[in-house]
Amino acid sequence: MVQTTVQTTIGTANPIAIFFFLLFVAATLVITYWAAKRTRTTKEFYAAGRSISGFQNGLALAGDYMSAASFLGIAGLVSTKGYDGLIYSIGFLVGWPIVMFLIAEPLRNLGKYTFADVVAFRLNQRPIRSAAAIGSLVTVLLYLIAQMVGAGTLVKLMFGLSYEVAIIVVGALMIMYVLFGGMLATTWVQIIKAVLLLAGATVLVFLTLGQFGFSYPALFAKASEVFAASTGSAGHKFLEPGGLVTSPLDAISLGVALMFGTAGLPHILMRFYTVPNAKEARKSVFVATGFIGYFYILTFTIGFGAAALVGIDAIQAIDKGGNMAAPMLAEVLGGNAFLGFLAAVAFATILAVVAGLTLAGASALSHDLYVGVIRKGQSAEKEEVKVAKAATICLGVAAILLGILFKGQNVAFMVGLAFAVAASANFPALLMSIMWKRFTTAGAVASIFTGLVLAVTLITISPTVWVDVVHAKEKAAVEKQIASIQKVSKAKVGELKVKAAAGDASAAAAIAEEKTAFENSKKELTAQIPPAIFPLKNPGLISMAGAFLMGIIVSLMKREESAEEKFEDEKLRTYVGIGAE
Amino acid sequence: MNIRYSKEDILNDPDFLELSSKRNTMSLVLTVIELAVYYGFIFLIAFGRDFLAKDIIPNVTVGIVIGLGVIVLSWVLTGIYVRWANNKYDALVDKIKDKIGG
Repeated sequence: MVQTTVQTTIGTANPIAIFFFLLFVAATLVITYWAAKRTRTTKEFYAAGRSISGFQNGLALAGDYMSAASFLGIAGLVSTKGYDGLIYSIGFLVGWPIVMFLIAEPLRNLGKYTFADVVAFRLNQRPIRSAAAIGSLVTVLLYLIAQMVGAGTLVKLMFGLSYEVAIIVVGALMIMYVLFGGMLATTWVQIIKAVLLLAGATVLVFLTLGQFGFSYPALFAKASEVFAASTGSAGHKFLEPGGLVTSPLDAISLGVALMFGTAGLPHILMRFYTVPNAKEARKSVFVATGFIGYFYILTFTIGFGAAALVGIDAIQAIDKGGNMAAPMLAEVLGGNAFLGFLAAVAFATILAVVAGLTLAGASALSHDLYVGVIRKGQSAEKEEVKVAKAATICLGVAAILLGILFKGQNVAFMVGLAFAVAASANFPALLMSIMWKRFTTAGAVASIFTGLVLAVTLITISPTVWVDVVHAKEKAAVEKQIASIQKVSKAKVGELKVKAAAGDASAAAAIAEEKTAFENSKKELTAQIPPAIFPLKNPGLISMAGAFLMGIIVSLMKREESAEEKFEDEKLRTYVGIGAE
Repeated sequence: MNIRYSKEDILNDPDFLELSSKRNTMSLVLTVIELAVYYGFIFLIAFGRDFLAKDIIPNVTVGIVIGLGVIVLSWVLTGIYVRWANNKYDALVDKIKDKIGG
């Protein structure tokens, strides 16, 4: 099948996108103005005055999770790799039941504004808050850099703005939301965006399925046909697990990081303090899981739709990773207007997510480090709000500078690393502090730093960074060589096949010989790439296990009686919610 | 509220013990189920590729159905927990709050 060239306006300024985007900005600034009048106390700044309902918080949680990277990235992954994209998105979803069963309600009952409140509840405040704040900040900064770099690239692709301008616009708006509107504005920006994104994706799926008589089998059939034409391999491969999960241990380690990382992301955990009680907290997880699951089913369908209707070659011509699959599909099915709408929603998505991250980072700086450590918990309400606002500006500016500094860098590993750090530094300490009576201050600090150091060190010497980032040039050079040899070898095999068909008996043997020769030289060349020192792509499995182990060993070495006594007190609050703020 | 309970009384109260042990069992069981579902899926991808590649109906593979099933099941499990907590757990919480008088 010959692919028709798809005409696309992606990459040029789209007036409709700009119109929708300005509309979104205007609406969110009105909300920020409204929220500013209700954001004076710490409870209002960090936790929206605990005025958010379970359903609203569910939408906001889903919004935090449905980043532009997951919308465009997963749709793109499905459109180019087929089934493998689904495996990836499932990993992101399965952390939510864990949040529900292990974390949400005790977190809400024991804490005030940050998850460090819970870990520090019966332990020694200053060491715990320092360690937990560092864990939070590393997670937030990694996530923030990945989002900012993605934002610059995306906005450049979709709006034709320059990278730096895009970063500054995103940074300035997010500072405005958080600085003036606190958690209340951040939550409502997130809710609006979540509704727009879900609605836009639903319409896109409806239009896609409409092309196939609302039949998934027909959609899959067409997509695999396009895949076969584009790659030359069997079309059915598009509907099966492929090369993404090659080693089971790799898959398990990534799964651990995604699953338990979700339960350790500071900007997600912080949202549980915006609802009035544990009952609403549990309801919000149910709502969030439903919307996120629905969203991943939509992106899966969009990916297949883009492969079938836009074409895999056309998608990769615009962006090799396939990130423009969803916008291109929107353009094919709904024209320039729908493309503009979706582009604006993607921009809004980035804004909302970075605002949530900035707020979480700022509260680690002000609530945990400044008030908890420097002022030893003695700080006036007004002072804390002031510090939180100053921290917001610092983090916002840092995010802009880091975004510009990392321009053109490969930051794909940063989200995976953020999840690994969250799963290793934050989650084990949080879980043990809730569940285990003998857990001590020294154990918690040891657990947090073990998780953090292991996650960062191991990923640096893993294939993800050691090969793909540190030795990227060597890898690219080798890949280029392999590709050129492969071309020559394929041509040879082609010639021999013609001979074989003509009845040349020796040709078949020559084909086999040529194939082994190619495999051998490929192996030789691949060996030239500096090998990774640590074999797993994501360190989650090892770093989380290490964090649990250190936490347990150090706690067992020396008892902390005051912590054990308080554990009994804590029980009433954990289970019944008596004394919860 | 006529009867005042001390903190220790409550912590040893049969209703409280029932509440905490039930909640622990429930969260443990559901967590184990979710882990089994997800890692079972990963296990199938690693060792059961041929099974996942089979067609249930033409062009719809077992893998697609199971993958979407994992998403739906995860959500259903959170729903089961919420239903249990709203009916059983909250009733016990209210009972204990009544005893304390707050």
